[in-house]
Amino acid sequence: MTLSVRIIPCLDVTDGRVVKGVNFTNLVDAGDPVEMASLYNAEGADELTFLDISASVAGRETTLDVVRRTAEQVFIPLTVGGGIRSVEDVDRLLRAGADKVSINTAAIQSPELIADIADRFGSQVLVLSVDARRARTDSGFEVTTHGGREGSGIDALGWIEKACALGVGEILLNSMDADGTRAGYDIGMISAVRAISHVPLIASGGAGALSDFAAALDAGADALLAASVFHFGVHRIKDVKNYLSSQGYPIRALRA
Amino acid sequence: MIAILDYGSGNLRSAQRAFATSGQEIILTSDIDICLEAQGLVVPGVGAFEACMKGIDNISAADLIRKRRVLERPTLGICIGMQILFSDGLEHGVHKGIGMWQGEVSKIDAPILPHMGWNTVEAPEGSQLFAGIENESFYFVHSYAAKKSVGIKQAWTTHGERFLSAVEDEYLSATQFHPEKSGEAGLALIKNWTKTL
Repeated sequence: MTLSVRIIPCLDVTDGRVVKGVNFTNLVDAGDPVEMASLYNAEGADELTFLDISASVAGRETTLDVVRRTAEQVFIPLTVGGGIRSVEDVDRLLRAGADKVSINTAAIQSPELIADIADRFGSQVLVLSVDARRARTDSGFEVTTHGGREGSGIDALGWIEKACALGVGEILLNSMDADGTRAGYDIGMISAVRAISHVPLIASGGAGALSDFAAALDAGADALLAASVFHFGVHRIKDVKNYLSSQGYPIRALRA
Repeated sequence: MIAILDYGSGNLRSAQRAFATSGQEIILTSDIDICLEAQGLVVPGVGAFEACMKGIDNISAADLIRKRRVLERPTLGICIGMQILFSDGLEHGVHKGIGMWQGEVSKIDAPILPHMGWNTVEAPEGSQLFAGIENESFYFVHSYAAKKSVGIKQAWTTHGERFLSAVEDEYLSATQFHPEKSGEAGLALIKNWTKTL
């Protein structure tokens, strides 16, 4: 009788295709996001996240179509992030079938967007995506922009407190230091964010060994997001869930 | 035919697709006459209690739900669509609900809110909704809930404290979780409900 920890695969999508290497043998078309979403659903993913990295308007329109087709086939929650700048952008994604949206850069530029979205659609649709790294700010963690390449000078913990007060329903915490290293989640960062926030916390960046997933939960994460370890088949979702279950963490089992 | 009440709340597309897997014809509509005549009516709901009640009042849907019960036609409320069936909602002030059940919907006492993710239910004996899926998990997203028993059969879930996660009350049923987002288990629950139509 406990809330399960959520395992969330993240797919980078541009112009309707999954990018950033995918290496599955059992897919007809490794670039088709709808097919990959179905496969992850069948493997026990608890939610799905699409990150739209399209640079063009046409690319964003295509993403809406991907969201539409995914929502028609896959009956688990779908979060879409990337390029969301207005309440209208959110409205379009929700109408297409997204359940939640994640915002990042636009919220840093205009924090009132958080309140505007929360007032219109409720906090539960809004995930604050924070790309943070270790730096000499007040808390030792700094918000970055442009995929971690540029520092903003904004203290990550201060930003998260402000965003929570404005009405975000969940935090997606990406460690830019750990991202892609497979050396483990940034445990210190997760603990620090957990200590100051009371909304669900999704840890992201650095997942490698199975024990990394457990360590992030111990630090206070409610959900675990990963990309490359799943896309390259280092771990199957069910392996992660079986491992966590064997260690005593509550997971959602697939129906027999 | 199943009507999904369109009163300006939430993403109805996923509800439409999920209910269509039962094999029934699905209509998204705000037309009260169509909703009254439908074999089944689904009242979805996403957002805040007060905003949802405004949407209900704008299309005079409270009477629709009362009439359907009198006429013994099944109705299913989902998430906020469950909450507004109660008499009072305490989200952002005190607000009147439709009042099908006496009781209040109040904030859950838990360290982390919203209650977001997959949780299990204590399903009641002889439940129609949970037949064959008593031990499954369902997807929840909410910070408020009803905590006192109403109706004929109740399912309970715990997050910080114990709250009502489903009610079966003859022709009026409701789930606090989202069956349309609860994978295979959710589709099975939807099928269980459509069997009662």
